[in-house]
Amino acid sequence: MNTTHSPAAPQPAHAPRLAGDLAIWIFILAELLAFGVFFAAYAFTRASNVALFDAEQLALSRNAGALNTVLLLTAGYFVVRAVQAAEHAADRIAGHWLAAAIACGTGFLAVKMFEYAHAFQADISLSSSPFHMFYLSLTFFHFMHVILGLVILIALWKNVRAGRYRLGDMNGLETGAAYWHMVDLVWLVLFPLVYVIH
Amino acid sequence: MQKQTTPDHGPQTHGTPRRATFQWIALILATLATWLVGQTGATGTAIVGLLAVISIWKGSVIILDFMALRHGPLLWRALILGWMALVWAVIGIAYWKALA
Repeated sequence: MNTTHSPAAPQPAHAPRLAGDLAIWIFILAELLAFGVFFAAYAFTRASNVALFDAEQLALSRNAGALNTVLLLTAGYFVVRAVQAAEHAADRIAGHWLAAAIACGTGFLAVKMFEYAHAFQADISLSSSPFHMFYLSLTFFHFMHVILGLVILIALWKNVRAGRYRLGDMNGLETGAAYWHMVDLVWLVLFPLVYVIH
Repeated sequence: MQKQTTPDHGPQTHGTPRRATFQWIALILATLATWLVGQTGATGTAIVGLLAVISIWKGSVIILDFMALRHGPLLWRALILGWMALVWAVIGIAYWKALA
């Protein structure tokens, strides 16, 4: 039997793999569902108060919202670069990328606090209108997630600098990165929904 | 230095720096497009649809590439992408209700 024309053996494919702990993905799904309910509540409440929502939305700073979107997306990109650097055992560079991501996340908090200060000076509160109730509670709920994300990024930065992650042993870094990207993902719905669409 | 690998961790799990950089630039440009629409004050079904498509596209980049679900289990890819689609479907129904 002639075996010289047998097909080449297929390259072994990598099995699908979740980047990070299963537990964080279950947590991420729960968080996304909670934000999803919040977004639906906003949209349906708006349907009964269209004129009010549209008028008060116009008073928000879309510049601040867009700047914060850029800061979060850039932080997410820096986190990806940190993970890629750690995969190649470039711990120092990974640490720099994470530090840059932390700076962007901190910038997000600063812009948001500036927005809140402006709102409070204008006597805007949770009880001033249905729109402001949603604007303050939704954005503050997200704000708290950014703070937690930053705490996680700082822990990852310390671990990266200690050389704790290597290709094949990236679980901790990937787990924290997945959480940060979730915070980013939620804002990608929140920004157009609350600041732009009317 | 000896390269460490494990059978279940491919080197391309998190893509390449070049790809990530292009995606980041595209995400920023898409954000500018959303901001620009907001600045013009444009509204209507087509505008809401456009902003939803931009948001879903941006979200899919985060989900598939930044979260590395492109090479992840189908169930998790479907769950997170499905969340994005469901959220915008519900928002779309609410906006349609507001127009009615």
